[in-house]
Amino acid sequence: MSVADGTLPPVSSYPPSGPPQTTTLRQRLADLRGPAVPPRPLDARALAALAANPGCGRRALLDGAGVDKTALAAALGTPAAFGQSQFAIVRGNSFEAKVKGDGGAELLRLVHARLGAGAEPPGSDARVPDLTAAGPEGRAARTALALREATAARTWTLLDHPMLALEVAGTPAYLEPDAVVVHPDGRWTVVEIKSFPMIDGAADAAKVGAAARQAAVYVLALEQTAAKLSGAEVGHRVLLVCPKDFSNLPTAEPVDVRRERAVTRRQLDRLTRIEDLAAGLPEGLCFDPSRTAEELTEAVSAVSAAYAPECLAACELAFHCRERSRAAGDPAALGRSVRGELGGLGSIEEALAAASGAGPDGDPTAEALHQAARLRAEALELAAARPPYQAPETPECPC
Amino acid sequence: MPLLSTLARLEAVRAGHARPLATVRHRHLGAEPLVLVPLTTAGEAGAPLGAMLGTDRHEPRILVIPQPRDRDLRWEFLGELARLLMPHIESYADAVEPAERTETDPETGRKTKVEAELCVDAPQIVVPSRAGIEYVRLLGRSMRFRRTAEEDPENPYPAPSQVPLLGRWFTHLAERSRVPGSSMLLAATDLLSRHWATGQSNLEDQHLGSLLAWISPPEGVTGAEWALRMELGRDQDGQLLCPPAGPATDPAFDNRLLAPAIAKFDAARASGGPRDGDAVRLAERAVRKLVVSQMENTWWQTWEAIDLLRTLPPGERTEERWTRDRWSFTGHRDRVRAGEPPQPRRDDAVTAAQKLATRETEQVRLDAQEALDDPLVMAGRRFAGEAFAGEVTEVAMEWSEGKRPRPRPLLTVATEDRPQLADEGGGKVFRSLDGRQQAFEFVRREEDGQLVLRVLDKMGAGREPVAGSVPEKGDRVCWTLFEHDARGGPKLPDPENTPWTHGGPPGSATAPALDAVTDEDLL
Repeated sequence: MSVADGTLPPVSSYPPSGPPQTTTLRQRLADLRGPAVPPRPLDARALAALAANPGCGRRALLDGAGVDKTALAAALGTPAAFGQSQFAIVRGNSFEAKVKGDGGAELLRLVHARLGAGAEPPGSDARVPDLTAAGPEGRAARTALALREATAARTWTLLDHPMLALEVAGTPAYLEPDAVVVHPDGRWTVVEIKSFPMIDGAADAAKVGAAARQAAVYVLALEQTAAKLSGAEVGHRVLLVCPKDFSNLPTAEPVDVRRERAVTRRQLDRLTRIEDLAAGLPEGLCFDPSRTAEELTEAVSAVSAAYAPECLAACELAFHCRERSRAAGDPAALGRSVRGELGGLGSIEEALAAASGAGPDGDPTAEALHQAARLRAEALELAAARPPYQAPETPECPC
Repeated sequence: MPLLSTLARLEAVRAGHARPLATVRHRHLGAEPLVLVPLTTAGEAGAPLGAMLGTDRHEPRILVIPQPRDRDLRWEFLGELARLLMPHIESYADAVEPAERTETDPETGRKTKVEAELCVDAPQIVVPSRAGIEYVRLLGRSMRFRRTAEEDPENPYPAPSQVPLLGRWFTHLAERSRVPGSSMLLAATDLLSRHWATGQSNLEDQHLGSLLAWISPPEGVTGAEWALRMELGRDQDGQLLCPPAGPATDPAFDNRLLAPAIAKFDAARASGGPRDGDAVRLAERAVRKLVVSQMENTWWQTWEAIDLLRTLPPGERTEERWTRDRWSFTGHRDRVRAGEPPQPRRDDAVTAAQKLATRETEQVRLDAQEALDDPLVMAGRRFAGEAFAGEVTEVAMEWSEGKRPRPRPLLTVATEDRPQLADEGGGKVFRSLDGRQQAFEFVRREEDGQLVLRVLDKMGAGREPVAGSVPEKGDRVCWTLFEHDARGGPKLPDPENTPWTHGGPPGSATAPALDAVTDEDLL
């Protein structure tokens, strides 16, 4: 176990704690979602995205309450632009099937080659247990059992699409990694199969980062299971399997996810905040997508958001938040760094007033803006005084 | 972001349209830039979907692959791309002028001038976005390790002729585009966002349509409104009004339009008809029409971006930087002609160190040159205390001591700027005198805040300074704290003295192995 476990509080303070309180929170969250709306289960991608903007109360609450943000965004009139091309899905599925083909021999070979740590290479005795069961709870239980057996059996075992449960803000989230491999020494390795290429041993950094954050969530979930088993240990290096260069052949590299794991864990701990967030909301607040856009806009604005342009790539509600942020003249709509630079000047209007010399006295940012505006105006004047530039004629089609 | 650029963005928010970030054009634009709009298939590495290219906006060459997963069709596409692009690139290779190059003599270590050839111009390719540049790099990587039938008759999957060569050129262009200030391979979004500030974030500026909307919206609409429409507007079928600039296509387009069309093409081919049979041809034409509909908009937008850039007068020193691009082009031409192997998969340590050193030097040069060319950029440096403008209030003649006294006049300068100069004096400052750098010594700061400078050079050999070489009382001058030309770092050790930590002495480096082509390549 890593150092982080010694210094951080346990991942969630409530699963074993007093049930009455949990029930009330659950009830409260169900009310927020709308009486007839089933909760939307959190997946690894959503959990990993929490780490991207930890300061956003809106996202924490909506995700914690299991609100379907895609439906909510559409009901607000600002639908999300996410979607995946079917070409990418087909390619991803066919590559995964290829990697796992032949009883997982190729995949186990890759795990042994990269993370084998001197163990015997997997042979014909490698096992691929059947994990089918009814419902996510059943599958999670089946997976836990398979993990227990494999760890006791001390042989190479491939768990294809296991189901893991992770308690998040009082409700279990069910996660489905591509594969988990149990080593003969009792180590568990998370395997992520992605269809972006690894060209000359290097892949797109942003995509690897996203894969690592996702894998870190699986590692966290596995650790909860491993803690109850003696001799089991979750590897902090996950195996990323990608197509090699421009071919369909798999290649793999280990990725150390300790940092991502620590970040996600901290975020999940902080998710307990949703209790406080929910407590501070007015009675009768509801995010039911069947309500009118006005009602929903009012409901959403009751929870504070921390919009930044990065949200556009990660959150379904981003277009709505951007609209509100722009309307309010929030400098963060221009980028997090802009808000940082403007310091105490909270709005674009205030900053422009400071630039024209009407800022608060003695504020260093306001003075700097004033000076910057003076220099900018001087330079633009100088340029305007130049003789007008005649661009050389570009040959235009007469038609 | 520097505060001056932030201010420009704030102004743009209030104005509703873009505000200038530069008053001159800081990148070279040749007479005949070639625009290349590539499209790729989602989820597949190096599986192009189509491309639109050409130097004449009214006559684009259009290539479309009706089934991107078919390797034969892909080879056909890449072969055609090479057939169109290689003559364009090679047309610049033979027009040369004599030039001089500085080389270090291996025996004496002294620098000597060597006569050399320099191409009078170089090809210039403009792609819509930064992702387009990365795609050129990817295509370059996928092509340069292939072998044609002439080179390797045994190869079961030979590449069409010139494809490996185009791969090497694409790789070179993509590598060169990482050098600050270079203009051989440019992204339209980079060009526009260098010269204009919009009222949206950097991230949103990556969208060519919305960036253009901020800069030149149609009459009667604000840039902000138009940008939103360009970014999110969809027609009744759910298709984007302004398709993405690529190379990736919109998932809604893929799923609703392209996938069914490609499926029809597959079905037509599977029914056994010949490739040029009616059914196949109709299906192919349908895919082509769809793919063109996605590229066309971007094609015109990229040309619009070029037109906008042409309205700005070129910066004085952009030509000097373009000359460096021409050297780079000539150098690669020579390497190709000398039969050198393609660029390796990974640079060795020495090459990597050299590339980094070049990029650092060029960044310093670019920063200095942009400031000297453009008062608006200089304003940013003045704001940062790296330059100052002021009025000369007094000139006092003084001479150096020694047998032949030289003029060393003292100037007193009044400025409102706050340059980062030590109060007790010391350090040099520079101004541009007819394009050449003149050095001044900072002597002291007077009690009333005025600065005292001593002129050090460019005054001729005589006792009296040459007319015009010393600022006069009442002149307004801009000085910089940075030098006007970049100096390269220390020389790297010779190859045979390279320590093992950096790849060891030569001989260890061999020509890179070629990509093995297998049946598994079929995507």
